[in-house]
Amino acid sequence: MSDIVIQAEGLVKSFKGFRAVDGLDLTIERGMIYGFLGPNGCGKTTAIRMLTGLLTPTEGSVEVLGLSIPKDAEALKYKIGYMTQAFSLYGDLTVLENLSFMGTVYGLTRAQRKERIAEVMNRYELTQLSDRFAGKMSGGQRQRLALAAAVLHGPQLLFLDEPTSAVDPESRRHFWEQLFDLVDEGTSIVVTTHFMDEAERCHKIAIMEAGQKRLDGTPGALMSAMGANVVEIEAPNLRDIRRHLLGTEGIVTAAQLGARLRVLVKDTIPDPEGFLKSNPQTASATIVEQVRPNLEDVFVTATGEGRQ
Amino acid sequence: MRSISRILAVFSKELAQLRRDRMTFGMVVMIPLIQLILFGYAINTNVRDIPIAVVDQSQTGISRILVQMVEATRVVTVTERLTTPEEAEEAIRSARVRAAFILPDDLTQRLARSPAVGLGTPPSTDQETSRPVAQWIVDGSDTMIASSIKSLRNMPLSEIYRQAPNRSTPTFEVTLFYNPEQRTAVNIVPGLVGTILTMTMIMFTSAAIVRERERGNMEMLINTPIRPIELMVGKIIPYIFIGLVQTAIILSLGHVLFNVPLDGNMIDLFVGTLLFIGASLSLGLVFSTIAQTQLQAMQMTVFVLLPSILLSGFMFPYEGMPVAAQYIAEALPATHFMRMIRGFVLRDATLMDVHRDVIWMSGFFVLGMVAAAVRFKKRLD
Repeated sequence: MSDIVIQAEGLVKSFKGFRAVDGLDLTIERGMIYGFLGPNGCGKTTAIRMLTGLLTPTEGSVEVLGLSIPKDAEALKYKIGYMTQAFSLYGDLTVLENLSFMGTVYGLTRAQRKERIAEVMNRYELTQLSDRFAGKMSGGQRQRLALAAAVLHGPQLLFLDEPTSAVDPESRRHFWEQLFDLVDEGTSIVVTTHFMDEAERCHKIAIMEAGQKRLDGTPGALMSAMGANVVEIEAPNLRDIRRHLLGTEGIVTAAQLGARLRVLVKDTIPDPEGFLKSNPQTASATIVEQVRPNLEDVFVTATGEGRQ
Repeated sequence: MRSISRILAVFSKELAQLRRDRMTFGMVVMIPLIQLILFGYAINTNVRDIPIAVVDQSQTGISRILVQMVEATRVVTVTERLTTPEEAEEAIRSARVRAAFILPDDLTQRLARSPAVGLGTPPSTDQETSRPVAQWIVDGSDTMIASSIKSLRNMPLSEIYRQAPNRSTPTFEVTLFYNPEQRTAVNIVPGLVGTILTMTMIMFTSAAIVRERERGNMEMLINTPIRPIELMVGKIIPYIFIGLVQTAIILSLGHVLFNVPLDGNMIDLFVGTLLFIGASLSLGLVFSTIAQTQLQAMQMTVFVLLPSILLSGFMFPYEGMPVAAQYIAEALPATHFMRMIRGFVLRDATLMDVHRDVIWMSGFFVLGMVAAAVRFKKRLD
């Protein structure tokens, strides 16, 4: 058993000339949660669909769990689980009917089915809901059902496409705990998200923009290798300061967070606090202090306006 | 084994969904029921009680007898009495009546000379003898109405002068097989099976698969190891049952209400109906691989449904159509089914008698299934 679950090289997908994914290289190791972080339309879903064999790559090669995709896509389907972005089970079937259908489709025997369904229903708190119609459940309940259906056949590799975009923060936290339980049991997980806090929970992330991978690594490594320091300023006229700073040499970007302005200063400037204090624009500042960078800072430096 | 259990899984899922979709479930029974009663009673090619206006310019006892004789044929009903032909034309234009019966003021003289009355044959040199006794003005736009009134042209008039009717010998002897009483329902009811099955079978199957695509279920389904053929077979089995139920409703109710004979070969009827259901379902499956939305699937169904009603021989005789239209009709499964089911139900035909239709329908079914399975991709691109 190799320790690489996904190996992709030069992955390209064009739709009528538009390159949704543009030269993606990936190496994903076993037993971790790998996150694709990026804005809507950056090619996350297209990338995941190519990795599951749903879309044929225009160029490049993919190997998932040692199987070459798309050639062995059908054999792969028994080994992976997939949770689509929108709820895709049957709203007019009950929880039990949905799970039973999925179990049969994945070729579980009657005994296996009974055992596994009882197990996932218990695990994802669906036992009480077993006769409820999926279409009449809350977002959080539906998401638990979708996860239960995706892991019913015990996949080694789980793909989750924006799994928590329709649920409340409480359910989202709970959901991630369940993902870590799965990882603990040896499942590898690939997840897409546009939530920073979610990305921060991943073992490794890839920051995507315009179909390309801008950065990848562990969130910690990305933060320390960001190439910028973060300074927060408190001042009465933050909007003016922001406008002035944006054009200043050495400033990557500035964004307001409530009463504070979060300024990213390039790490070529040795003393970012001193640099800002000495700036005439920020003379009115009452507080100027360097803070710990977060993933959003990494994301901003790696993409869009932050990237020169 | 896995294949069979997967087909069963799709089948029971489809059944559960169908059971909960009360509206669709109701339509399965109500469509054949209501349409049978509606069309069985409504469609009638024997035109009767056409509303007419009478313009009686002679105003004699004879003219009144003549009008009564015309009414007694039951082809027409007098709804208006007018005084001039101009008024009659106006009544036709404004669609108050379909025809006007104009009796000239010299009606009595014309009648006396008319050979239809049978008062002996006056010298044919007399110009007057060849004049008809009265005139019909007909709204000829509807050919059925026009020909019904034209059938009155040679009405014998001998009763007017209490003459014994001429015992004329027809040129040909005509013996009517299979529907001697000339009841339209006998021809319509078996045909109705064809049109209703065409509609429900194509629509249900195409919509059933397109619905999964619309609701996003398809993205999940194609991520599972299910094979396209398993999905399709599992999806169509419930509709085969539905088709058979609809056929049973139409034929048994047609037997009870309209006395349509049901003593043909039942096994042949069953096999033929299954073949037609199969052909229609496979066409629905092909549509489902083309249509992206349920609305598109519906439009494609109507595209086939209308010619299946109008060209298949259900409404108008197949032989009366131009050759090009006959070729189009041959392509429709409904045309072949019309021939088959009318054969089985009315003429006691067997599958051997209609073997060409059987072969064609089987071919259509196999081809449709293959085309649908090939076109159905477990990919999103």
